[in-house]
Amino acid sequence: MTRHISEQYDAELSQIKEMLMEMGGLVEQQVAHSCRAFINHDANLAQEVCDTEARLNQLEVELDDHCVSIIAKRQPTAGDLRNVVSVMKAIADLERIGDEADRIARMALRVSDTALPEDHYADFRRIHQQASRALHWSLDAFARRDVEGALRVIHADEEIDQAYNELARKCIRDMRDKSEGIEDSVSMIWAARALERIGDHAKNLGEYVIYQVKGLDVRHAADTDTEWDGM
Amino acid sequence: MSEVTPLDPDLTTADTPAASLESSLIVDDLSLFYGDSQALSSINMEIAKKQVTAFIGPSGCGKSTLLRCFNRMNDLIDGVSINGEIRFDGVEIHDESVDVAELRRRIGMVFQRPNPFPKSIYENVAYGLRIQGEDSKAVLDERVEWALKSAALWDEVKDRLKESALGLSGGQQQRLVIARAVAIKPAVLLLDEPASALDPISTLKIEELIDQLKEDYTIVIVTHNMQQAARVSDFTAFLYLGELVEFGDTDTIFRNPTERRTEDYITGRYG
Repeated sequence: MTRHISEQYDAELSQIKEMLMEMGGLVEQQVAHSCRAFINHDANLAQEVCDTEARLNQLEVELDDHCVSIIAKRQPTAGDLRNVVSVMKAIADLERIGDEADRIARMALRVSDTALPEDHYADFRRIHQQASRALHWSLDAFARRDVEGALRVIHADEEIDQAYNELARKCIRDMRDKSEGIEDSVSMIWAARALERIGDHAKNLGEYVIYQVKGLDVRHAADTDTEWDGM
Repeated sequence: MSEVTPLDPDLTTADTPAASLESSLIVDDLSLFYGDSQALSSINMEIAKKQVTAFIGPSGCGKSTLLRCFNRMNDLIDGVSINGEIRFDGVEIHDESVDVAELRRRIGMVFQRPNPFPKSIYENVAYGLRIQGEDSKAVLDERVEWALKSAALWDEVKDRLKESALGLSGGQQQRLVIARAVAIKPAVLLLDEPASALDPISTLKIEELIDQLKEDYTIVIVTHNMQQAARVSDFTAFLYLGELVEFGDTDTIFRNPTERRTEDYITGRYG
């Protein structure tokens, strides 16, 4: 992109992007820590995730404020407008991902360390890997304005949904078979469900990248047809 | 991956922003020269009836020149030569049979600086009708009131119609000039930077007025204020160095223009 006549405007747009990336980095860390805490039954780490949540909320408010200020002062248009709108939407999704990480951390504090079979944890690890990868790709695509990367994230969501459904079915079967350990199964479902939601938010981020770069709103497009993704 | 096609390609291509709307003015391969210097290059476009079309572009891009072509105001400038056609309601406006005074009656114009005559408010508005030979007081009274109401000025001046128009504020003067233009019931209003000399409140009043006037008139507005173009127009044309770079519905131009030069201009980038 060529530079704006106003260098200050360029600086303001760079700043919101940098802040978004900082928020994204913190969110990635929260997801990683919460899942590690859940898998390893690490109460200290889980508590750390819950405590860091406040920092994330603060970043959300600051970043929102910067975006509103740009709209008020600069009245952005075209690519600049899509840029600011995408960042504002992305902020909301990152904040929600932070909430999901917080949920996983709270499940880590609740689940006992013996009751669940190891293969459930293996499934959980797999979903964690898929969701973390999708989140990473989405942030990367955002930073690079990479439409292909964004499409990869959107496609990855289906895989995460499937893996979650499989694990949820196993947990439900456990609960049906034996009543002891129901609470742990529920916690596992909640935690896995949080990862599945993280995948959804990563998909949203991918959609904002496409909107930002191409000006196309592809939300819900996959529900009706897939023509848009043959770009 | 192949290139993405716009959601609705019809809305982003030049020439015909809205094929479904009736055209008031059709510009066909129009070029204009000031002596040897070319000011407009092969412009093709259709101005939709009873819609607001905005021309934007940097100084010297030809937007005012193009606007002035529509009622042949460029005829008044020495050394101007024009190729191509402009059809107004199907008639080529450069045709010998066209009466230029009648053309300008049907295509009215408002300039950047309000230019009321040094006469009363009433006489300013009645002026065009008097020239046309109308002298019935009842007819004039009725039309002056109607025109001042159309220009959203009536309430502010109804008690001082006999006072000099020069005593009005800039914003009021500009609305008076618009009242004078609509008093003779033109089909098209050409507005050349109508709000650039006005304060923000007067500007908003003019913009509000444009929105009301498009019920009855085709409006073409030249503006340096891009946000104004975004607010008031249905269609926007971006001109650069005498070329029509992009012409489309205003929403598309300001949210997702097709041409890089349009994007650079409206986002304030170096070209």
